[in-house]
Amino acid sequence: MSVLLWVAVVLIGGAGSVVRFLADGVVGSAAGRDFPVGTLAVNLSGAVLLGLLTGLALGHDQALLAGTAAVGSYTTFSTWMLETQRLTEERQHGKALVNIVLSLAAGIAAAALGRLIGLQL
Amino acid sequence: MRRVLPRVDRREIAAIFVGGALGTLARAALAEAFPHAATAWPWPTFGVNIAAAFALGYFVTRLQERLPLSSYRRPLLGTGLCGGLSTFSTMQVEILKMLEAHAWSLAAGYAAASIAAGYAAIQLATAMVRRVRVRR
Repeated sequence: MSVLLWVAVVLIGGAGSVVRFLADGVVGSAAGRDFPVGTLAVNLSGAVLLGLLTGLALGHDQALLAGTAAVGSYTTFSTWMLETQRLTEERQHGKALVNIVLSLAAGIAAAALGRLIGLQL
Repeated sequence: MRRVLPRVDRREIAAIFVGGALGTLARAALAEAFPHAATAWPWPTFGVNIAAAFALGYFVTRLQERLPLSSYRRPLLGTGLCGGLSTFSTMQVEILKMLEAHAWSLAAGYAAASIAAGYAAIQLATAMVRRVRVRR
């Protein structure tokens, strides 16, 4: 467990968070702000990526850097929950429910799809 | 030329980078310190996700409704730190592995508990901030 590895975790984690912010902004401004599509897009694309990495059977260090650090920081659970709670506060219960069910169901499907692709590579 | 990216504020990006780096370090360190089998409850992921949800609810409510407008606290603490600390993709892959191992009730329980606790954490943090009267 080297210092260099953890320096890389830190730098990649910062970069993954910035990419999430930018992707969320691009998708959000294209799709409108009625529904948190930006977070959904980030989380589903991240689930495909992490599924793919799982399928590749990487070594410990590569999995830590590409999976835990890069894709892990790119996706977010906290914003997903915040946006859902804010939707219910605005009495948009249908949208809040769709945000939970769609993210979860499509997220598992996305991870499964990614893994399938990874196993083929 | 049409602008594809929204206007980028370099200091905002720097704040997200720093927060995200610290959040990711904490999450990765916990994941390394407490490895678990595919069919065991993923405490590291569960713990960081709920903690990050609570912190995000607290920061966002306080910054939006209680404190004077500040440009860099939200990107540093919310988008960066909480976003980097929490993870959606790892949770989905963990659920996928539980399903593949036929650990149906564990998968359902983990998904339901994460969502219920994450939502409750946001609700609780938000209510805590709002209970404190604004001092002028």
